[in-house]
Amino acid sequence: MSTTTDRPGAAARPAARPTDVRNAKIRSRGERSRGATALLHTALGLAALIAVFPVLWIFYIALGPDETDYLHPGKILGKATFANFTTVLNHTDFLTWFGNSLIVAGGTALFGVLVAASTGYAVSRMKFPGLRPLMWSLLATQMFPISVLIVPMYYIMANLGLLDSYGGLILVYATTTVPYCAWLLKGYFDTIPAEIDEAGRVDGLSPFGTFWRLILPLARPGLAVAVFYSFLTAWAEVPFASTFMLSSDKYTLAVGLSSFVSEHDSQWNLMAATAVLIAIPVTALFYLVQKNLVTGLTAGAAKS
Amino acid sequence: MTALVQRLKRSYSTYWYAYAMAAPVVIVLGVLVAYPLGRGIYLTLTDATSLNVGHTIGVNHIPDSFKFVGLHNYQDVLFGQGSYDRFWSHFIWTVSWTVICVGLHFSLGLGLAMMLNQKLRGRTFYRLLLIVPWAVPSFVTVFSWRLMLADGGLVNMLLGSLHLPQPSWLEDPLAQKAAAILVNTWCGVPFMMVSLLGGLQAIPAELYEAAEMDGASAWQRFRYVTLPGLRPVTSTVVLLGVIWTFNQFTIIFLLFGKTNAPDAQILVTWAYQLGFGQLPRDYAQSATYGIILLSILIVFTGFYQRWLKRNDQTAI
Repeated sequence: MSTTTDRPGAAARPAARPTDVRNAKIRSRGERSRGATALLHTALGLAALIAVFPVLWIFYIALGPDETDYLHPGKILGKATFANFTTVLNHTDFLTWFGNSLIVAGGTALFGVLVAASTGYAVSRMKFPGLRPLMWSLLATQMFPISVLIVPMYYIMANLGLLDSYGGLILVYATTTVPYCAWLLKGYFDTIPAEIDEAGRVDGLSPFGTFWRLILPLARPGLAVAVFYSFLTAWAEVPFASTFMLSSDKYTLAVGLSSFVSEHDSQWNLMAATAVLIAIPVTALFYLVQKNLVTGLTAGAAKS
Repeated sequence: MTALVQRLKRSYSTYWYAYAMAAPVVIVLGVLVAYPLGRGIYLTLTDATSLNVGHTIGVNHIPDSFKFVGLHNYQDVLFGQGSYDRFWSHFIWTVSWTVICVGLHFSLGLGLAMMLNQKLRGRTFYRLLLIVPWAVPSFVTVFSWRLMLADGGLVNMLLGSLHLPQPSWLEDPLAQKAAAILVNTWCGVPFMMVSLLGGLQAIPAELYEAAEMDGASAWQRFRYVTLPGLRPVTSTVVLLGVIWTFNQFTIIFLLFGKTNAPDAQILVTWAYQLGFGQLPRDYAQSATYGIILLSILIVFTGFYQRWLKRNDQTAI
C-alpha cells in the first residue's frame, strides 16, 4: 500500500478522441482544467493550514514571555524569546518527567513486542482450535473503555503496592499494547510468503526454529512498527498515568503538562514551551514510521 | 475412553507448537485483562467506595467492609432515581458524539484522500502537513486548542472581527459540545485520510477506465467503483473509529479541565469522574458504567459484523 504510486495509465493515454476535436482545448482523460487544479490547490492548502495551525500557534505562544500573551498575540512579535524553553528545562521537573516517560514508554514497547511476536506468528500461520476466540479477544480488548479496567486495576495495584511505580504502569499499558501488537504483527507475518516456512521445515527446522531464525529477521520492519506504535501509545496516554502515578517525581510528561496549568498558576507560556518540547521528538518519530503504521493498522484487519 | 485419550494425544502433538507460541499473549491477557475484568464485574455487584474498600493508614490495615448488593448498581444506573440526568442524557450525547464525529472523520477524510489521490504537484508535501494532527500527541494539541478557544482567544478574536457571535467555548454547555466535536474532528481526520488514501490506491485503474467507457458520470464512478472498492478498508476504519471515539477520553478530559463541564461529559469521562474525580470515590458505580459501556460496544460490534457479513465483507 505505497502512497506514492500513481494510477497507472491515468495520464499516459493519448489525448484526442474524435468527439473532442471541436473543443478548443483538448484534454486527455484524467487531466484537469486549470481552474480545477487551482481549486484543488486551494482546498488542500486550506486544509493543510487548518491541520498545522494549532501546532504552529502553540509554538508561537511559547515565544511570548508573559503568562497572558495568548490573549494579545500581536504583542509577542516584538518581544519573542526562547526564555520559556530555558526556564522549563532548568527550573521545572521537565527532565525528570521526560526520563519517566522514556522509561515507561520504552518498557511498554519492549514488553509488548516481546510477548506478542510469537503469538502473532502462531495466529498467522497455524490453524488450531481456539484461533477465532483468540482473535476475537485480541479485538475485544481494543474496545475496553478505560473505565472498565481502571477501577479494578487501581484496586489490584494498590494491594500489590504497584501504584506509583514504573513497572505497574508498564503492566497497565500492556493490557492494550500486547493484544494490539499481536494483531499488527499477524498482519505483517501474513505478508511474508508461507513458502519460506515450508523451506525451513524441509530443512529440518521446528516451527519455533522457523519463526526464530527465518521469519523474525524478515519481519524486522513490522517489529519496528509495533515497537514504535506501543511507544507512541504509552507516551501519549493520560488517564492511567494521571491516576496511577501519585508523586510528582514519577509523573510522565502527559501528567506533568496538565499539572502545570493548575500548580503553576496558569502559566500558559511555560506550558506552551513544555508542549513544544514534548511534541518535537515524538513527532519526528511518528514521521519515521507513518507509512508503515497505516498499512499495519488496516492490513491485519482487512485480510483473513 | 481410549479413543478420547488418543484424540487428545493427537491434538496435543498437532497443536503443541501453536499453543506454546500463543501462550504468552494468552497468559498476559488472562492475568492483566481477564482477572481485573472479573474483579471489576465483582465490584459492580457490591457497594464499594473509597470509604469502605480496604486500605492502609500508616501501620494499620483496615479491611474491606463493602457488601454484596447484587444487580442493584445496574438497576440504579439504568432505571434508578435521576437516572436520566446521570446516565441517559450522557448516553444520548455519547451516541450523537460518536455518530457526528465518525461521520465527519469519514467524510472529510475521504474528501481529502480523493484530492490527494489526484496527480498533483506537491501532494507529498500536502500529505505530510495534513497528518500533523495525528503525529503530535493529542495531549499537546488539546492545550493549544484550549488557548485558542478561551475567552479572548484566537477563535473568538476572529469571530469578533467578522462580527459573528463569540460563544464561551469552554463554559457554555452547547458551545462546549461543539468545541469538543471540533477538536476531536481535527484530531481524527488524518487517520481516516491516510487509511482511505491507501484504500484508493489499491483500486485498479482499469475499473475506472471501464466505467468511463460505459459512459458512467463522475458521481456514478464514485458510487459504483470507488465506494465498493474501498469497502474492505472502510469497514475496518469505521469500526475502529467508532470504538475510539466512543471511548475518547483525553480530548474531553483535558479540554475542559477540572471545571466539570457536566453536560459535555461522554460516558467514559463521566465514569472516570465517578471513580476518581470526586470524594468519596464511587468504585462500584464507576465499574458499573464501565461494564455497561463495554457491553454496548460488544453488542454494536456484533451487529456490525453481522451486517458486514450479510453484505459479504468481514472486518476480521
